[in-house]
Amino acid sequence: MTARIFAYIVHKAGVVDDTAAELFAAARKIDPAANPAAVVVGAGAELDAVCKAVAATFPEVWKVASDALAYPNAELVRQALVKVLPQGSIVLVPHNHFGIDLAPGLSIKLNAAYVSDVIGIDGVDATSLKVVRQEFGGQVSTHARCNIAQGAVVNVRPGAFKPLETATLAGTIVDKTGEVGSLTSKRRYLTTIVPEAGDVDITKEAVLVSIGRGIGEKDNIPIAEDLAEALGAAVSCSRPVVDAKWLPKSRQVGSSGQTVKPKVYMACGISGSFQHLAGLKGSPFIVAINKNPKAPIFQVADVGIVTDMLEFMPELAEKVREAKKVTV
Amino acid sequence: MEILVCARRVPDTSENEIALNDAGNDIERDDLVYSINEPDNYAVEEALQIVARTGGNVTVATVGTDEDDEILRREMAMGANKAALLTDDAFAGSDGKGIATILKGLVQKNKFDLVLTGVQAEDGGAQVGGMLAAMLDYPFASLVNSIEVADGSKLKVSREIEGGNREFSEIDLPCVLSVQTGINEPRYVGMRGIRQVASIEIPAYGAADLGIDRKTVGESAANLKRDDYFVPALGKGAEILTGSNEEVADQLIELLKAKGGLQ
Ligand SMILES: Cc1cc2nc3c(=O)[nH]c(=O)nc-3n(C[C@H](O)[C@H](O)[C@H](O)COP(=O)(O)OP(=O)(O)OC[C@H]3O[C@@H](n4cnc5c(N)ncnc54)[C@H](O)[C@@H]3O)c2cc1C
Ligand SMILES: Nc1ncnc2c1ncn2[C@@H]1O[C@H](COP(=O)(O)O)[C@@H](O)[C@H]1O
Repeated sequence: MTARIFAYIVHKAGVVDDTAAELFAAARKIDPAANPAAVVVGAGAELDAVCKAVAATFPEVWKVASDALAYPNAELVRQALVKVLPQGSIVLVPHNHFGIDLAPGLSIKLNAAYVSDVIGIDGVDATSLKVVRQEFGGQVSTHARCNIAQGAVVNVRPGAFKPLETATLAGTIVDKTGEVGSLTSKRRYLTTIVPEAGDVDITKEAVLVSIGRGIGEKDNIPIAEDLAEALGAAVSCSRPVVDAKWLPKSRQVGSSGQTVKPKVYMACGISGSFQHLAGLKGSPFIVAINKNPKAPIFQVADVGIVTDMLEFMPELAEKVREAKKVTV
Repeated sequence: MEILVCARRVPDTSENEIALNDAGNDIERDDLVYSINEPDNYAVEEALQIVARTGGNVTVATVGTDEDDEILRREMAMGANKAALLTDDAFAGSDGKGIATILKGLVQKNKFDLVLTGVQAEDGGAQVGGMLAAMLDYPFASLVNSIEVADGSKLKVSREIEGGNREFSEIDLPCVLSVQTGINEPRYVGMRGIRQVASIEIPAYGAADLGIDRKTVGESAANLKRDDYFVPALGKGAEILTGSNEEVADQLIELLKAKGGLQ
């Protein structure tokens, strides 16, 4: 393989995102001899600090400074990357809210292939990159081949590649600012609004009874609330429950919701998508209750119960109350 | 405003246990329950709410086969006034870029102020909208969870970013937006509504109608090819508790006691 590998570095408030080291590991997985270059865009002293930090992992760092890039508006970042990246490159991008915004359009503008949400890499030859992806909410995986003859933009799932234990480098920082010129976009960033705090702070709870689409309807929410009350727990949920307006956004666990770190997490009627699991930290004891024995949640749970949650939860609540009476 | 909503018919993962076929080259598709891809339905609802305020039309289009006609009818029952089925043997096996190329053909034959897609298809890569925008040189925003019509030339939109934060931008028309679930509350479609649109003629367009070079779409043009489907090795997997609900509850309580879930 002759194509050069680049990694797009996400950073915020001067801090390099965890995905930077993961993309380095993914690059080495593609080619163990690769010397991938990091591409860092931004502005001011913050950008310089980030480039320096990234140069500890990457042998080469391409820096693009522009006041227009002080906020990472993907529309502007795309224009800048099209100007600096060589034809035929392999460009690794984290598959998060930014990568989803940037990468598909970038692949068109680079006339390169695109492969989304890669969780594994099985090797490469002159014309194709072998990748592993998931489909249908993680219920099945696929081996796929991406044509890299014209280069490729590869979105990599955050957390899928473990950072390598490599020596700290002092990589070269190459200033590519001069190649970028002026940037304008028909999409202009205005502001970011932080959600209002909810009535219950699920990030501080030791035990969470978490419900997903399997709860079925709004009228069933009290079943979960009753179990939570019996356990002295709080109710959290997956995204569809919030989408349906059955619970407020502040109760949502996941990449676009809260990051929680309970001791015990009871996932009831939750399939176990990676966006949901991304919000679960601190290795809790996970109990999965799901009627589908093949639900992906059973791969990450400690204990699984294959049953109808609507029948099981009231039963459990009653038993918990009995158990508590006995110990008192 | 003239709005195009791109929609796809997908196996509903919350209704189905997805299994592999015997050859391992596809999922078992007999007996699957299909429906409209979830965010696409939110996109149609959003389009209907926008035209209710500004006037105009909502067109729903899908790249597929005759079977996919059912989701177009469903969305017409919801209120979309026009539909288009983009279908041709040459389209079979298209990847995301191929589908975006086909949709681009439709956009260029018409005048749309706004093009909406869903964020991601169940079997997709969250890519068609961003690719379509880049091909058309329209501005794009993904993961959109609110749309406000500022004036005839631009919108104010918010994107869902990390931790439930919302990133607000102004975006010029025409543009492409990928719509995230939860942006609104899609209206209910009853059997009666579906029956009312059952006999409407839905126009079908092929490669020639859309001015598409057959070599740029379909399986042969696809940059991404699946070799197989597989079910990942289970890893450690969960310890499955078995017995009646009552017995399982007793076992679980003992475990919860041990793990601090029950003080
Ligand atoms: C950009 C982006 C960000 C996202 N962010 C998040 C996020 O922050 N948090 C999040 O949760 N999701 C997020 N998602 C959505 C995510 O991809 C999944 O769609 C979602 O997590 C699925 O929720 P679920 O498991 O409740 O529903 P489903 O996947 O529909 O699963 C429902 C489960 O319930 C089971 N079930 C049904 N009925 C019963 C019953 N009676 N008893 C027992 N089990 C039953 C089914 O077998 C199934 O496994 C995001 C998606 C995108 C694209
Ligand atoms: N075959 C198709 N026909 C029309 N629109 C599609 C098709 N496939 C995908 N889309 C649109 O593109 C969005 C993203 O799909 P994907 O990039 O495949 O994940 C979907 O939510 C649809 O709005």
